Amino acid sequence: MGSYVPNTEQERQEMLNEIGYQSIDDLFVHIPAEMKVKDGLNIPSGLSEMEVRKALQKMAGENKVFDSIFRGAGAYKHFIPSVVNSVISKENLMTAYTPYQAEISQGILQSIFEYQTMISELTGMDASNASIYDGAAAAAEAIAMCRERKKKKALVSETVMPSVMETIKTYCFGNEMELVVVPGRDGLTDMKALESLLDSNTACVYIQHPNYYGNLEEAELIGELAHQAGAKYIMGVNPISLGVLKTPREYGADVAVGDGQPLGLPLSFGGPYLGFMTCVSGMTRKLPGRVVGETKDANGKIGYVLTLQAREQHIRREKASSNVCSNQALCALAVGTYLAAMGKEGIHSAAVQCMSKAHYMSDELDKIGLSRVDQGAFFHEFVTISGKPASQLLTALEDNGILGGYPLDEKRILWCCTEVNSKAEIDEVVRILKEVQ
Amino acid sequence: MLIFEKSREGRGMSNLPACDVLEVLPPEQHLRRQELHLPQMAEGDLSRHYTELAKKCHGVNDGFYPLGSCTMKYNPKINNDMAELPGFTEIHPLQPEHTVQGCLKVLQTIESLLCEITGMNRMSFQPAAGAHGEFSAILMIKAYHKSRGDEGRTKILIPDSAHGTNPATAVMAGYSTVSIPSGPDGCVDIEKLKEAAGDDIAGLMLTNPNTVGLFDKNILEITRIVHECGGLNFYDGANLNAVMGTVRPGDMGFDLIHLNIHKTFSTPHGGGGPGSGPVGCKDFLAKFLPSLSVKGNETLSFQKEEQSIGEMKNFYGNFGVDVRALTYIMTLGREGIPEASQNAVLNANYMMNKLKDLYTIAFDEMCMHEFVMSLEDLKKECGVSAMDIAKGLLDNNIHPPTMYFPLIVTEALMIEPTETESKETLDEAISVFRQLYAKAKESPAALHQAPVTTPVTRLDEVGAARNPILRYHWEE
Repeated sequence: MGSYVPNTEQERQEMLNEIGYQSIDDLFVHIPAEMKVKDGLNIPSGLSEMEVRKALQKMAGENKVFDSIFRGAGAYKHFIPSVVNSVISKENLMTAYTPYQAEISQGILQSIFEYQTMISELTGMDASNASIYDGAAAAAEAIAMCRERKKKKALVSETVMPSVMETIKTYCFGNEMELVVVPGRDGLTDMKALESLLDSNTACVYIQHPNYYGNLEEAELIGELAHQAGAKYIMGVNPISLGVLKTPREYGADVAVGDGQPLGLPLSFGGPYLGFMTCVSGMTRKLPGRVVGETKDANGKIGYVLTLQAREQHIRREKASSNVCSNQALCALAVGTYLAAMGKEGIHSAAVQCMSKAHYMSDELDKIGLSRVDQGAFFHEFVTISGKPASQLLTALEDNGILGGYPLDEKRILWCCTEVNSKAEIDEVVRILKEVQ
Repeated sequence: MLIFEKSREGRGMSNLPACDVLEVLPPEQHLRRQELHLPQMAEGDLSRHYTELAKKCHGVNDGFYPLGSCTMKYNPKINNDMAELPGFTEIHPLQPEHTVQGCLKVLQTIESLLCEITGMNRMSFQPAAGAHGEFSAILMIKAYHKSRGDEGRTKILIPDSAHGTNPATAVMAGYSTVSIPSGPDGCVDIEKLKEAAGDDIAGLMLTNPNTVGLFDKNILEITRIVHECGGLNFYDGANLNAVMGTVRPGDMGFDLIHLNIHKTFSTPHGGGGPGSGPVGCKDFLAKFLPSLSVKGNETLSFQKEEQSIGEMKNFYGNFGVDVRALTYIMTLGREGIPEASQNAVLNANYMMNKLKDLYTIAFDEMCMHEFVMSLEDLKKECGVSAMDIAKGLLDNNIHPPTMYFPLIVTEALMIEPTETESKETLDEAISVFRQLYAKAKESPAALHQAPVTTPVTRLDEVGAARNPILRYHWEE
């Protein structure tokens, strides 16, 4: 069996004797015998490192790694510079707990302060927290941030990612806010329906931009309508898109959230990812989770600390704004490193390439009869409809080592392109599909 | 120096090739106008920046880390290697099921192992962290009562020694909380519990061993009292590292649990996360579990329970963290898992016994995997607080214990050595604690100044909260 206990049997016995015990069992005598495990745990015996490695490699081998991926729908394959993994592998950073002891955690605290700055820059917002679990949890927490005593209704557009909607629903089941879904129309939020649903009890309006179908919403107008009704405006955004698309600030958002996965985090079967949460300055004290601030030490030297902790569960307990404790700090470090490695030019280029390639692909698919369902502007995802069953098209691609778009139903497919998809790869997809069509 | 101050116009890395299709920009009304400031740096300078930051941090790899309640055990390196296999990292969460059989096997295997270790029947790995798992469990309790038409249960019982996440979670789930006082022995006051138990109680949140490091011997009576009033018992898994292989929450009368994978199962905490906080339950509650469950023998597939509380987040949780934990559990196995807990308890008792002639132990009994000292007497005598001793440890390359928690102990220091520390490390730490005690008596002023060897000295936290500076600003 494997073990990470350094002390030998003899050393353990010496330690026991030194403190007046005969055996390990003496340390557990106060646990009533009737509930103790009788014949050991019914799990397999431990293994050597070599055996464990083989077993895990076998499991990993039972997954199919696609050479080429055209599927997004909430998780995106992007290029990750090597320096990112190098930074998050540094043991002083990776093996530390939450930076409660600021004096020996300045590296982590500073990296979070830098992350907060970069995310604020990207979104154009005033303040960011240190991260939360993922984009869906960030959306649900953002809605809870907007709750007021007499405003407990949240309007959420039908065009958001379905599992984000489901997560919001779960959180609302908890905090008893009223969730009202704003219907979609032609792949966009139905503005007429939104107008009619807004009232003085509305705490907030939440939209995703680009939305689940890749389409660009009338984001500025939606913000104006929300504000006219006295509601807060929350935008869920894809951070890569902000290299070229207007910032949530420019669209008028009070709170902007999203999933940070596109910024340097691998697909990893859905996690760990990261949820980012940003807001305008007036709402900073409503942000859930950790926040790092700049201060000075006793000698006047600049340093960083966890701050505004009076919002948090370990101080406020039942009066806390959220129960969040652990977040996704190492993922925030990856995101910070990624943004620094890509720089302004790199992020802009990645965003433009995502958009350009998706448009090229959409045009090429249109030529072979896989036409786009919606009319308006889109970023790097789009929906096609075809006469042939989606499953048949996708299987043909899969047979060639290509993960095609995500099937929304029997006929509609949600495609995604990023900077990693070359023109040659896209042409290959079109060639294969042309044969099936 | 901040990364932004090291940035120079025009520098950078060459990450992407030129665009090989016609460039398309968004329509005018969607085009970004706001300037975007991001660092412009060569890779060498960028890499050095983070190496410099890493030097200013103390991880488990840097030295002793007895942070009570956080189980800072060694993070085995093979765990990371396995989580970084391309067969896991390159898998899209929405791939067809037949192409992700290995991932499903990971989830199914770890579910069955952890159910056996905890005495539960089913588990969901979607919750991303401990607090998220707690929240899932309390929502399941809510769904359970609702499904029975039992709508009058509006309160959750929580001992006054509990972690702050417990009451915060109950409120997020729409409940009010009833605080149950601890008795003089540090355990739940049974009489007070009986008084509070009634038909308005939805459930109890409890960790055992509790936050003062003691195993509550009355646990069967406690869980029975809650069941008899119609409530459910939730086990907060924060302290599971004390009892694995000895006693299981499921056999103590608990109906639901959450685990802190990043504590008990050796995955690195990453400076605050990612963790993983699976929620487990007995069979009769399985239909309320969040999100998807893995089913099948030969061919595995995802299924959703009909009365599931729904999604807690996107996809299936912090999968990469779960791979690390699976690697750990498979390594230790049926012998190693109990061995880990036994040695965690031995190490804690060893340290406690070697300190108790000087320091006041809050509840001077045999402890489990951690113990709490109260520095109240020392503070009265020479003005040296728990904070001062903690800061003194920083000058000795030891991460301080958890301070000022649990709230029922004044001037508390909560010490959890974990099983992966050797006798020499413990002896050295004991010696440092004893020296600091002597120093407190001889020159208390020196301890008020500690630490002096760290990259910064004590920081002005009040000032930071009063005038929050939460980001760097560029000169216009």
